[in-house]
Amino acid sequence: MSATTATTAALALGDDALVLSHRLGEWAGHAPVLEEEVALANIALDLLGQARVLLSSAGDEDELAYLREERAFTNLQLVEQPNGDFAHTIARQLYFSTYQHLLYERLAAGEGEFAGLAAKAVKEVAYHRDHAEQWTLRLGDGTDVSHARMRAACEALWRFTGEMFEPVPGLDVDTDALRTAWRESVDTVLRRATLTLPEGPDSGGWAAGAGRQGLHTESFGRMLAEMQHLHRSHPGASW
Amino acid sequence: MATAAAHQTDTAGEDTATGGYERAFDAAVAAEERVEPRDWMPDAYRATLVRQMAQHAHSEIIGMQPEANWITRAPSLRRKAILMAKVQDEAGHGLYLYSAAETLGTSRDELLDKLHSGRQKYSSIFNYPTLTWADVGAIGWLVDGAAITNQVPLCRCSYGPYARAMVRICKEESFHQRQGYELLLALSRGTPEQHAMAQDAVDRWWWPSLMMFGPPDDESAHSAQSMTWKIKRHSNDELRQRFVDICVPQAASLGLTLPDPELRWNEERQRHDFGPIDWAEFRAVLKGNGPCNEQRLSQRRRAHEDGAWVREAAAAYAAKRTGRAEGERA
Repeated sequence: MSATTATTAALALGDDALVLSHRLGEWAGHAPVLEEEVALANIALDLLGQARVLLSSAGDEDELAYLREERAFTNLQLVEQPNGDFAHTIARQLYFSTYQHLLYERLAAGEGEFAGLAAKAVKEVAYHRDHAEQWTLRLGDGTDVSHARMRAACEALWRFTGEMFEPVPGLDVDTDALRTAWRESVDTVLRRATLTLPEGPDSGGWAAGAGRQGLHTESFGRMLAEMQHLHRSHPGASW
Repeated sequence: MATAAAHQTDTAGEDTATGGYERAFDAAVAAEERVEPRDWMPDAYRATLVRQMAQHAHSEIIGMQPEANWITRAPSLRRKAILMAKVQDEAGHGLYLYSAAETLGTSRDELLDKLHSGRQKYSSIFNYPTLTWADVGAIGWLVDGAAITNQVPLCRCSYGPYARAMVRICKEESFHQRQGYELLLALSRGTPEQHAMAQDAVDRWWWPSLMMFGPPDDESAHSAQSMTWKIKRHSNDELRQRFVDICVPQAASLGLTLPDPELRWNEERQRHDFGPIDWAEFRAVLKGNGPCNEQRLSQRRRAHEDGAWVREAAAAYAAKRTGRAEGERA
């Protein structure tokens, strides 16, 4: 694998983790129950740890996080979607953590560039996936209100799921097999939660793979503005 | 007090006069025995503990807000990880403390209701805003530093569950205090703008931190009884003095000044003298007129109200599962 493709892949995975960690960090002080303050922060911290390893393998972590423009980020559009209500956050977690877990299991089993990182991260991500599945069950099979909200959230985010299965240069995985495994898993969880897999296209206004090409949704620019503002206000300063 | 007082409870039939229990309780506390949840205790002791532990728990969860205010703007990934971990710890402390309070027969829901309706308080320090990144450092160094000074003696509090929760909390708080100091040190040694940011934060947080020890000893409503019960070990003024003496050399190492022209070493007392505290400000903030009282409480209420449907869903799901499991057994 060339250095360039390894960097491309590290940035794609690193940006996913960085951006989702940031979104989950926005929950601090707003979670529906104290246990979820702890859980969401825990997941955010795991993801931030992964992001730091990945970005550091591609360059200086802070330069990459704080000094790149929006179009240079290659995270999935799914992870940048605003938190919405708790159901939206859980649907986003279900879609992403299932994908990340299946992907990291495959990477950990291989001998590629990311086997080591994936082997460590897969344990954390297994917990993220379990957390998302448990909450999907509670919300889907809870009250009428929670069922309706969870269903709406799963449907709203469905169009951001297709791009998870676009090949990423530098990642040696069978994306078709990944998609099949992902659909089976999400379908099973949703059925148990008395929900169904959303219908309709799994990619929205942009072509699938848009996030990986640096095409993002509008809220992402605002998220970066907040994230990068202080760092950029003091060029060259150490913190 | 698993020994003497538990024995007293067992022999209650022989000595029904509360005076008997109370004498045994007082003797056990005086002998430094720990009071455990099933032991007999005076109603006022229980009420004092519930009030204090609830206020402490509420302070942890309200205290998440001023710091969470900077999570999304933390200027490096390392700082962001540290800050998120710290805010997460505070949620964890809230959990331990609500659980410890539950051992006295009050549920978390009940205590949260009292917080939300303003019937129970949280530490007034969190009614000040975090205006710059340096405030995160000042909170760690000064606010957590003051909290530790207050809380270390609570590890020897007469009530067992509270004392044990405090041991764990104090360990984490000392990490919080160190990260605050280290954050300020980086700023103080950084660019002139960063240094000014650090100084400004210390200027704003110093006096409110001194107020965290509560009113002066001669005006402290609950102190004397709490000292006898060994819930409290040192007076407000004593702890405040200890804190000032700790902070002065630390400020010098940080290259920052403390905003008190009367602060100086007193050779005779072997302690620092310091200027008068603005108790009118303290009382105003306590009464609800601080910069952020309304904001903090309304965010807390909103999070709770917005989360009601989630908690209801979790309860409904748990009930269905129990029902199904019973159905399968039948």
